[in-house]
Amino acid sequence: MWRNKQLTRALWLFLLAFFGAAFAAAQNAAQPNTCVDCHSAMDAPLKVTAEQFAQDVHAQKGLGCVSCHGGDATKDDPDEAMGKKAGFRGKIKRTDIPALCGKCHSDAAYMRQHNPSLRTDQLSQYQTSVHGKQLAKGDTNVAVCVDCHGVHDLRAPKDPRSPVYPANVPATCARCHADSNHMKAYKIPTDQFEKYKASAHYEALTVRGDLSAPNCATCHGNHGAAPPGVSTVQNVCSTCHVFQAQLFEASPHKAAFQAASMPGCITCHSNHKIVHTSDTMLGTAKGSVCTDCHSEGDNGYKAASEIALHLGKLDTSMKQADDLVSKAQDSGMEVSEAKTDLDQARDSLTKARVTIHSLDVARVKADVEAGLKTTEKAHEAGTAALQERDFRRKGLGLSLIAILIMLVGLAMYIRQIEKPQART
Amino acid sequence: MFNVIRKWLDERFGWEELMAPLRHKKVPLHKFSAWYFLGGMTLFLFGIQVVTGILLLLYYRPSANEAFESVQYIMTRVQFGWLIRSIHSWSANLMIFFAFAHMFSVAFLRAYRKPRELTWVSGILLLFLVLGFGFSGYLLPWNTLAFFATKVGTEITGQVPVVGHAMLVFLRGGEEVTGATLTRFFGFHVALLPGITTALLALHILLIQRLGMSAPPSVEAEWAASPEKKREMSFFPNFMLREMMAWYIALGILGALAAIAPWELGTKADPFAAAPAGIKPEWYFLFMFQTLKMIPAKVGFIDGEVLGVLLFGLGGLLWLLLPFFDRGERRSARWTMGALVFVVAYVVAMTVYGHVAK
Repeated sequence: MWRNKQLTRALWLFLLAFFGAAFAAAQNAAQPNTCVDCHSAMDAPLKVTAEQFAQDVHAQKGLGCVSCHGGDATKDDPDEAMGKKAGFRGKIKRTDIPALCGKCHSDAAYMRQHNPSLRTDQLSQYQTSVHGKQLAKGDTNVAVCVDCHGVHDLRAPKDPRSPVYPANVPATCARCHADSNHMKAYKIPTDQFEKYKASAHYEALTVRGDLSAPNCATCHGNHGAAPPGVSTVQNVCSTCHVFQAQLFEASPHKAAFQAASMPGCITCHSNHKIVHTSDTMLGTAKGSVCTDCHSEGDNGYKAASEIALHLGKLDTSMKQADDLVSKAQDSGMEVSEAKTDLDQARDSLTKARVTIHSLDVARVKADVEAGLKTTEKAHEAGTAALQERDFRRKGLGLSLIAILIMLVGLAMYIRQIEKPQART
Repeated sequence: MFNVIRKWLDERFGWEELMAPLRHKKVPLHKFSAWYFLGGMTLFLFGIQVVTGILLLLYYRPSANEAFESVQYIMTRVQFGWLIRSIHSWSANLMIFFAFAHMFSVAFLRAYRKPRELTWVSGILLLFLVLGFGFSGYLLPWNTLAFFATKVGTEITGQVPVVGHAMLVFLRGGEEVTGATLTRFFGFHVALLPGITTALLALHILLIQRLGMSAPPSVEAEWAASPEKKREMSFFPNFMLREMMAWYIALGILGALAAIAPWELGTKADPFAAAPAGIKPEWYFLFMFQTLKMIPAKVGFIDGEVLGVLLFGLGGLLWLLLPFFDRGERRSARWTMGALVFVVAYVVAMTVYGHVAK
């Protein structure tokens, strides 16, 4: 009897658990995304799969299709799901996209709930950009939010698969800016990406994987993208190249460039194709950028020639000392102090190469002199190390001769003491 | 002149009597006699270590802040400091090589047989001590490679069951390899190990003097069958003079190595830097290191590294007790020889593999 009672109670419990779970499953199933059900079967551009949407940062934060497009994703009937009654907005007009995104992204209180560190000035920035201004004029060819960030599988910028991940930004911009058909109406060049790909910045970004290296947005801005003006370009470069900019500000070039309406840094370094600098850019020989403006006889020409001479002297002297010290090191000599001196000389050369932006020959010379002093020390250490190596080898030769004599002596002595034994 | 001194000494404390065992000591002459040089060579290199080590002590400073700089000073500023330090390092490696060679030659010639079991045991303990010298001395220049090799080496010690962690803390002087580790390694290297080694070495040499030199079983059997074939050489002066010739050659090789390939100093250890890629211990630990690397992380329920450490511990113990397994019978001798060939092949193969492996 007791057993039967227990059994009945267990059966009731089981039924309760079963129906409870079934109810919970039904509740979950009652919130389907019917948009994806249909759109996953459609052709592009209407195709949006569940896998694709699962990657979307908005979907991961709990937002759905209806958050942007309106409608009712719980309804199976397309007329009901995409009806006016359900507030369906359909395909968002390009001109409305920034405002639609801005509805949430400009709302600091709302954004704080999802990502408190995210800025909320993107829309206002966009409105100051060339893209934003053109859009306001009704030009729908310009970039809007989704053109750069993607849509339906929009990823956070720190995701390497995002089109706005630092290393992907140049290619994203190039999608429009390298397209001559697209850019025809704006009469601006389309070779920026090609030139940028040959730059030291691109190399740092892609080869070295340095995500802090400048991409398009670093100089032009991202949401407020616009070309920097001639007079402010050095402000852009100076965000990274601080010392060069300070020296340039105090140099005679500053006033001269302004008077001639020449942009600061890019006059010598170019803009998108900023290649690795070298000492050949200085001086008066072929390949120098100084001779683009200066000619024989003027002060600039003379200064350029002197600066190039000083830098060349230190560079040559360092190479000679380095060869010597490396040779000694390869011979097994301990030359770490000389190597440290050479590192210091290299620092002086780097400093002198920065100082040239002041165009002050005396200052450049002072940096070079400091480098030459340490180079000389390294050179002396290298020479001494090689002399020491030769001394050791000579010493070794003499020692080996002495050892050989001892060996011969011992062999003769052994022979002598063993002779009588041999006879017996 | 020598005779006068000898007479003077003899009159006072019986020099001739004292030297008599040396004069009577004989070295068996047969086709394997050349192997008898290896023990003497190891002893000679140990002597070089003692002399150069004492000279290095005059300038070396055992602290994390000064060790590297003091060795750098020895290598660059001290007169012939480079020679002393390079010879110390090269001689250490050669000594370990000759200690291994001596051990294997003794094993193959089965010189450990009764009554020389204790000579073998003391010799193996000396080899362990020599490896201890190598391990402790390697850290002393406080360079990057030494620092990380010590880190890895002491970590392996930490895998010993039950007492592992306590041993690791004892060796390191804390949980990490720091200046405290350097100071105690210095203590081990210049005081503790030399003390024990000297005592054990004295016992080892005393046993050799007492028991004489062993001839291999095949030679012994041949001489027993036809005594007229037995050939011997006086240890002093005949064999001793030949040994001196070998020592002179070793000295020449050491000098050449020091002058042509001075021992590198590397870069100063930086405890916060990442370990250099593909870091390996010194060659004499490579066979153990490579084995530990090859054992899977888990073997059944036991941790792979723990298993490796236990196996090497057991292997070391069996090796130490080798004379007690070889009972002299034909079968037992064959088994011992097979095991020896396997051990040598394993050590050599793993060392080479460890050297080329990335």
